[in-house]
Parts: sequence; structure tokens; C-alpha cells
Amino acid sequence: MALSASNLNAGDTYTESLVEDLKRTQIVMYAGASGDYNPVHTDEKFTKELAGYPSVFAHGMLTMGMTGTMLTNYVGDGRLTKFGVRFTSQVWPGDSLNSTATVEDVTDGIVNLKVETTNQDGVVVLSGYAAARVD
Amino acid sequence: MAVDKFPVEGSHIMMFARSVGDDNQIYYDDEYAKGTEPGGVIAPPTFAQSSAQFDPDYFLRPKPGADWFGSGKEATGVKKEPSSGGGGGGGGLHAEQHFEYHRHIGPGDVLTATVKQGDGWEKEGKRSGKLIFSETITEYHDQNGELVITARGVGVRTERPVDQ
Repeated sequence: MALSASNLNAGDTYTESLVEDLKRTQIVMYAGASGDYNPVHTDEKFTKELAGYPSVFAHGMLTMGMTGTMLTNYVGDGRLTKFGVRFTSQVWPGDSLNSTATVEDVTDGIVNLKVETTNQDGVVVLSGYAAARVD
Repeated sequence: MAVDKFPVEGSHIMMFARSVGDDNQIYYDDEYAKGTEPGGVIAPPTFAQSSAQFDPDYFLRPKPGADWFGSGKEATGVKKEPSSGGGGGGGGLHAEQHFEYHRHIGPGDVLTATVKQGDGWEKEGKRSGKLIFSETITEYHDQNGELVITARGVGVRTERPVDQ
């Protein structure tokens, strides 16, 4: 289900809900799968008492991974050529995230997208870009 | 992190996809994946980050017999304070991550990861004091020596935890 260049216009958007009420267990799953066991993501005692944060928080890469799901659902499997982001705010247990891809241009069979993921308060938690092959 | 041997395996891809909440069958179902454009199971876009599992020295993984800075009886298992001085409790925070895909990897690929230090810079942050950024570029090559993914990461150490 790849995108077709002839149907894409600058300004087109695609939005998905990435997660509702993010659970600590999902952060634990990501730690286990990725191998990043930094205690700030899974260890409430360490994070509150030593790191100085109100609770554990998600890996930036978990937010990027979930955002990647939105992208591949939009552009199709195996179509991405670039994906890059800045992590602009932390993501906490209980957060609900929405992610939007906006078409910037289509050139030589590649669509360039602006990517933004926001939390339930409208705060941008991830901001970036992607490129993908289109038909 | 440099990695000599990162074997890409189906069960790891399945677990990784589950952890990011992605139930796309292309990440675990061989039969389904055969009928897709890639023609087989592939890894999700950010999977290369899990090469950390194959770095023997990765410092954010507890190791048998070694001190670990997470909590046990006490808030930390190391006697001295974590060295970073806030902002991520020893590991710093992840500021940016970029991937370029030259080919999409899948089970059976065996990758190496080589790391080059990139730029470093500093900035004054409103919510966390001085920010010290450092960039690394990781190139993933496959079993044939072909470059498959170029990754660029930026880490940041903050003077104090980020204000909420």
C-alpha cells in the first residue's frame, strides 16, 4: 500500500494516535527489547531520589519507535529512506500521544515529510522529518 | 557503541515491534511477509538502536558481579554519586536521532556497527542549566560489507534535571 506521487500534495497530513495513557510496563518492554536499561526509565526509586525527576519517563527512542509505526502505516513497509527527530520534551507514564506527518514536497519519487508528535496537552515531544519512496 | 556482530533475528524483531506497540504482521509472520513488497520479515525503522544488546561493554545494562547504579535496598547500587550530575542519572539524555536507510534489514542479516565521534557543542538551557551536546555517527554494514544504515545520534548532559 505505497503512496502514489500523483495523489500527494504539499500540506497533506496523516495523523495517528500512538498511545493512550502510556503504561510503565510498555516502557519496561522497550527497555528489554532495545537493551537500554537506564534506570530513569524503569526504576521509580532511583529516578525520584537520585535523578531528581517526578517519575520514570519514556526512552526518547520509544517515542521515536511509536512515531515510526505511524510513518510506516502511512508510507508502506520498507519505503522509508530517512527518518530523523529531535526530542523536545519528556514523555511520562500516563501520557497520550498523537503523531502527524505533513507532506512538504514530492521530488523524483521521494516524498519529504515533516513529522511531529504531541502529548495530550498539545506539547510537542518529538519534532523531525522523514523521506520515503513513492510510486 | 561499536559492535562486532549484531545478528538480526526474528524473535528480537517481534519483541521490538511489540515494545513500540506495532502489531504489523510484517514484523513477525513469515507467510504474510512473503506477500508484501519487501518479500520477507523486515525490522521496524528504529530497530538498529537495539544493537546495544550486542555491545559487550554497553554501560546501560547491568552485568553480573558489577555494580549497578539503579536501586536495590538503596536508591543506587553504587557508593559514589553517579558522575553525570543530573539530567538522566548517568546516561545523559537523548537529544536527537537520525537514520538513513540504504536497505531495510531483516532476519539473517549480520551487521557490524562502527562509531565515529561527531561534533560537540554547548548551549545555555532555560530549564536545565548548561547543556553539553555530543554527536556520534554509527555506520551499520551487513555481512557483505554493504552499508545498510547510517545513524547519527546526539546526546546531551544537563547541569541539573530538566525543570518540569
